[in-house]
Amino acid sequence: MISEIADYFSRHGKDYLALLGGHIGISFISVAIAMAVAVPIGIAVYRSKIGSTIAERSFGVLRIVPSLAVLIILIPIMGTGVLPSVTALTILAIPPILINTVQAFQTLPKAMLEAADGMGMSTAQKFFKVKLPLAFPLMFAGIRTAVIEVIASATLASYIGAGGLGDLIFTGLSLLRYSLLIIGGGSVAILSLLTGFVLDSIYKQITKYQRT
Amino acid sequence: MIAVELKNVNKQFKGQTTPALDNVSVQIEEGEFVTVLGSSGCGKTTLIKMLNRLYEADSGEIFLFGKNIKEQNPVELRRKIGYVIQQIGLFPHMTVKANIATIPKILKWDKKRIDKETDRMLRLVQLEPDEFRDRYPAQLSGGQQQRIGLARALICDPRIMLLDEPFGAIDAINREILQNELKAIHQKSGRTYLFVTHDIREALKLGTKVIIMNEGKILQYDTPENIINNPANEFVENLIRTAELKGGA
Repeated sequence: MISEIADYFSRHGKDYLALLGGHIGISFISVAIAMAVAVPIGIAVYRSKIGSTIAERSFGVLRIVPSLAVLIILIPIMGTGVLPSVTALTILAIPPILINTVQAFQTLPKAMLEAADGMGMSTAQKFFKVKLPLAFPLMFAGIRTAVIEVIASATLASYIGAGGLGDLIFTGLSLLRYSLLIIGGGSVAILSLLTGFVLDSIYKQITKYQRT
Repeated sequence: MIAVELKNVNKQFKGQTTPALDNVSVQIEEGEFVTVLGSSGCGKTTLIKMLNRLYEADSGEIFLFGKNIKEQNPVELRRKIGYVIQQIGLFPHMTVKANIATIPKILKWDKKRIDKETDRMLRLVQLEPDEFRDRYPAQLSGGQQQRIGLARALICDPRIMLLDEPFGAIDAINREILQNELKAIHQKSGRTYLFVTHDIREALKLGTKVIIMNEGKILQYDTPENIINNPANEFVENLIRTAELKGGA
């Protein structure tokens, strides 16, 4: 088995890197689009109780649908390939970012906002100098959740032709080559763990000020 | 010069049966340290939040140095007024220096001036600049945090300082020290201070004049001596008596 794995890397090293790159790329794009959608929506709706409930619920429903189902539902609409995969992964990544953004802005400490008003900050200054930096740690935690979910689910996206490390797993399954299954599954696991570790380190860095 | 003038100011909050301010009129001379005394819900906090337009009056007029505050941009107005609150409200993601320099940065003071003035403010509130400048609020005690709160409010040398129970959450020993320092800062500056408190001893100790409020009305506005010697009515008389029972003012 080990020799088979070594053999794969020596003969298909370049292919492997392409799959890994594709996996990271598709995950990155999906989360980036999700952020571009969820953060502005979250900021737009957090003040209104009805608005934030509607936004959270409607994206929350999408979250319950299994990611594989979302992928397959999209085939008749968008066909196969990268585009439907990114769409599905984006839908998956939006809820944690949106919910945390709404939460973060709703729970800003009142005293700090009052101090900001009282000292004469304009609405924009208060937003960029106080609200956004104070909300950021919780927003970041939502982004972290989204990234981990997307990296795992991107494996399934290979099923509809998005490429990525899932290709190894699906090829391994159809050819009954366990070495490919181990390489594919192991790579996704290591990628998830590594990404989680990096994001946790960044989180610690940006919340350093909270410690005494 | 009259620093603060209220003319028949009324304020009622939604969902409340009694007004927070009931036809309040008062004139405060420049340079006074006015303590505003009353129990919770008497309208004392409403009164000072009206001066920097955190609350707007339902009716009546408010003048600061002869200018109607309604005719001034609220953001510009607030930059000329120091504001300190009990919960302090330091920005936790900013260092001590960045907190103090918040408004100077917005006003685009040059870096040298900001460095010089933040250090001067730190010394004014009895904190060693080299030791405290780069700390975060989480690394400070409650008393130290409120010193920074004061420094932040004082840096632009506002003609009026509004302080809403600033020492309410600080232990007795540090409160005593901070009261004395604040009194000294006020005397040196000659600025006008309005200081809200529910502690009668604090009110009589710090105030050059005291406003006593109850149920949205000003019952008496006078020097501490006159309030003790000639209480305006039974309510004030009782209030003075409670303070004397605790050991006098």
